[in-house]
Amino acid sequence: MAGKVKWVTDIEKSVLINNFEKRGWIQVAENEDWNFYWMSVQTIRNVFSVETGYRLSDDQIVNHFPNHYELTRKDLMVKNIKRYRKELEKEGSPLAEKDENGKYIYLDFVPVTFMLPADYNLFVEEFRKNPSSTWIMKPCGKAQGKGIFLINKLSQIKKWSRDSKTSSFVSQSSKEAYVISLYINNPLLIGGKKFDLRLYVLVSTYRPLRCYMYKLGFCRFCTVKYTPSTSELDNMFVHLTNVAIQKHGDDYNHIHGGKWTVSNLRLYLESTRGKEVTNKLFDEIHWIIVQSLKAVAPVMNNDKHCFECYGYDIIIDDKLKPWLIEVNASPSLTSSTANDRILKYNLINDTLNIAVPNGEIPDCKWNKSPPKEVLGNYEVLYDEEMAQSDGPDRDLRSRSGQSTGVKGNRARDSGKPVLTTWK
Amino acid sequence: MLDPDSGLSLTIARIVQRLKGSSLHSQLERQARVSLHKPEIKLESLKEDIKDFLRTSGWEKKLQNAVYSELNVFPSPCHPAAPPEHMKEPLAYMRKAQGNWEKRILKSLNSMCTELGIPLAQKRPVNEQKELLNKWNEMGTDEPDLSLFRPVYAPKDFLEVLMNLRNPNYENGEQLSFRNHLGLIQVPLKVKDIPELKEDFSELGLNIGQLGIDDSAQVPPEFFENEHVRVGQKVLAEQDSAAAQQYVRQGCPTALRADLWALILNISNQPEDILYYEQLKSNVIQHDLLVDSLIYKDVKLTASNDDYYFVFEDYLYQVLLCFSRDTSVLEHFTYSSATPPKSYIRGKLGMEEYAVFYPPNGVIPFHGFSMYVAPLCFLYHEPSRLYQIFREMYVRFFFRLHSISSHASGIVSLCLLFETLLQTHLPQLFYHLREIGAQPLRISFKWLVRAFSGYLATDQLLLLWDRILGYNSLEILAVLAAAVFAFRAVNLMEVTSLAAAEAVLADLSTLKVMPLLQIFLFATVT
Repeated sequence: MAGKVKWVTDIEKSVLINNFEKRGWIQVAENEDWNFYWMSVQTIRNVFSVETGYRLSDDQIVNHFPNHYELTRKDLMVKNIKRYRKELEKEGSPLAEKDENGKYIYLDFVPVTFMLPADYNLFVEEFRKNPSSTWIMKPCGKAQGKGIFLINKLSQIKKWSRDSKTSSFVSQSSKEAYVISLYINNPLLIGGKKFDLRLYVLVSTYRPLRCYMYKLGFCRFCTVKYTPSTSELDNMFVHLTNVAIQKHGDDYNHIHGGKWTVSNLRLYLESTRGKEVTNKLFDEIHWIIVQSLKAVAPVMNNDKHCFECYGYDIIIDDKLKPWLIEVNASPSLTSSTANDRILKYNLINDTLNIAVPNGEIPDCKWNKSPPKEVLGNYEVLYDEEMAQSDGPDRDLRSRSGQSTGVKGNRARDSGKPVLTTWK
Repeated sequence: MLDPDSGLSLTIARIVQRLKGSSLHSQLERQARVSLHKPEIKLESLKEDIKDFLRTSGWEKKLQNAVYSELNVFPSPCHPAAPPEHMKEPLAYMRKAQGNWEKRILKSLNSMCTELGIPLAQKRPVNEQKELLNKWNEMGTDEPDLSLFRPVYAPKDFLEVLMNLRNPNYENGEQLSFRNHLGLIQVPLKVKDIPELKEDFSELGLNIGQLGIDDSAQVPPEFFENEHVRVGQKVLAEQDSAAAQQYVRQGCPTALRADLWALILNISNQPEDILYYEQLKSNVIQHDLLVDSLIYKDVKLTASNDDYYFVFEDYLYQVLLCFSRDTSVLEHFTYSSATPPKSYIRGKLGMEEYAVFYPPNGVIPFHGFSMYVAPLCFLYHEPSRLYQIFREMYVRFFFRLHSISSHASGIVSLCLLFETLLQTHLPQLFYHLREIGAQPLRISFKWLVRAFSGYLATDQLLLLWDRILGYNSLEILAVLAAAVFAFRAVNLMEVTSLAAAEAVLADLSTLKVMPLLQIFLFATVT
């Protein structure tokens, strides 16, 4: 296997290109022979489409799974998680256990969500149960906080549906579909400010599932003080933490970019709330990531040429319960600050070390279990093969989802019902 | 010389005097009175029974902690014949230098006032009071125009003053000799050498378990950690300040730090303390002080841009604005070389009966002042508790970092200790840096003045401050500063300019404090 990896990318980001060049890889054009293609989600559609499709050979690797949207489109993710829960329930799995209010004890980690316009009637029914709640509308296929708005009156959604029908005749197509989710109105505040978590997760194969968690995630802070009052509903800076949105706020700081490392979060929580609840929170975060991946694993086209690095967005509420908000297939590689740049460079570096062993021309038939030394800042989050060899009921006991993880000796949650807070 | 016995009785007398006026005294009295109704209190053994009761109900522990706190904060008494200013600072030239420095600060503050046409203090109009009250929790969103304000002074201005300090009774000699001190500090003060430091910091030794070091090969780190946590919980359960202070010398487990520090500092956050904080808050709301703008500016220039602390911007205002109004801070001037600045009511300049302390707490903030508060925000999320911890940290430690004195924890001694350690143990490095015009103290001074806040990663900073509390001394700062130079010695030997040396030492956020201290103190051949 002599020779150098030939790479292509349609995302001109220095953190990518510097990493390729550091490895001595050779840039080629898209229509030449390539071994490694870091592509946008638009391109992946073409690569695997029936008409234009390439036939990837054994020495070619791409950074997306063909139907990653099963996880990364908001509506499909919710659909898959709902299906996964039902299946577990049917199997009588202890994971699908419910509490006295009919809420899943272990699988209630996505805020109540409906598709619009398809589930409009279901949504209205839910809304009427709790008319003072606030809901967040998001277009299914858009990222970076585009097209998002909050509502707290049914009339607002009626108006929206009228407007969108008249303005565009394709409004019924899936591209224009929205999801509407119950807004987490009791977020954990630090220094009085709202934040969300951006965590990076690498999946090298879905069947068997093998995924890694990047240790250097960060919190993204709103620059404006959080008030749950409805008068501020129009002020998106209060509610959305996407850097793409926050950057337009007057208070955006270009030195830290409103970003706080996960290790800061841990230090703060452990100092102010104690070690046990902090560990439990992080265990639960790991748990919901693994469960979301398990939920899509059966429908995912586990193409052997693929790996994927996801950006997980998680919000923590004031009871220290984590909520999965969404998963991004192409987490931003733009660097907003110097530290951000270092982080993203290292993220790509560590990702490549796992996906392309030794930086040599890949052979996609390899067993995809890299030695521990190359993981860098990644930690094994879940390894299905290893978990299974550990025994069948391991899953429930190791609710942390860290079956093979590093801190495997942590005190386990005894399985007592987790109170839901969004009702 | 004061004989030990009379020294002790003086100390006792002073503590008794001070505690008599405290709320603890009246609480104890009330408890004793209430206990009279208990069946176990017998008339024939009244005194003993009440003592027993106070012991078993935990009040005796509270008294012990209060006495211990007094002992920690106040210096041992001077000879009865010594003039009172000796308690502030025994050396006349130091007192004089501090006085001149204060005059300079005040002059600069006054000239800013005149220049900008802003009074030192004014009552806020009612609508403005309301507005401030409403945005109390989000003062950071306010963007007043502060471009005309400038920090009254920055650490480097203060360093210039310290460099020019001389003892008039000491012949420095014009020509250099090997006996000269080659550093920037030219006053003769006694500072410790490594053997003395080793003895003082014996708990940091190589054979003693430390939080913040996880390289022990023989025993898994959890082994020490779990045991240490268990002991820590016991110390907390006992509510014993002295035990807590001894305990934190080996470092605080993260989850216990907030409570342990509060115990050492004897802060209990009682309802009356919360009320006191609320009172300060209403003072802030009612009056606008010029120093508010200085505080605002400082936070914006420092913590707001800090990767670790920007999140807590609003907390910093809530603490620092109240601090400036807190007249109880004035008490620390009895043992500080500094004297609170005075201002006069308009038109009554120089008339003592119209003099007021300005700001009310007597402390003029300088560039970087807010960094004393910032790390504490990681530990305390109730503003009133955060406030009390900060105030106590200030009157025990931080004031020494920006006033001129001969105290072993004072900034002058710390600078000299740093330079002496470096000159003695890394003479080549010291000489090299000096030759290229990069006097080490020029780089490390800002670390010392801020007690490393804003330079180290927060977890490491807290491990360092554990030891400040544990040893009731700031000397560890100078040792760490020297240890950092030792750690980067190879790179520093290669630089040829001050800027290059600064670049080598620009980022301390990856340093591990405890291994550096241990290696420097205990693993270096001396």
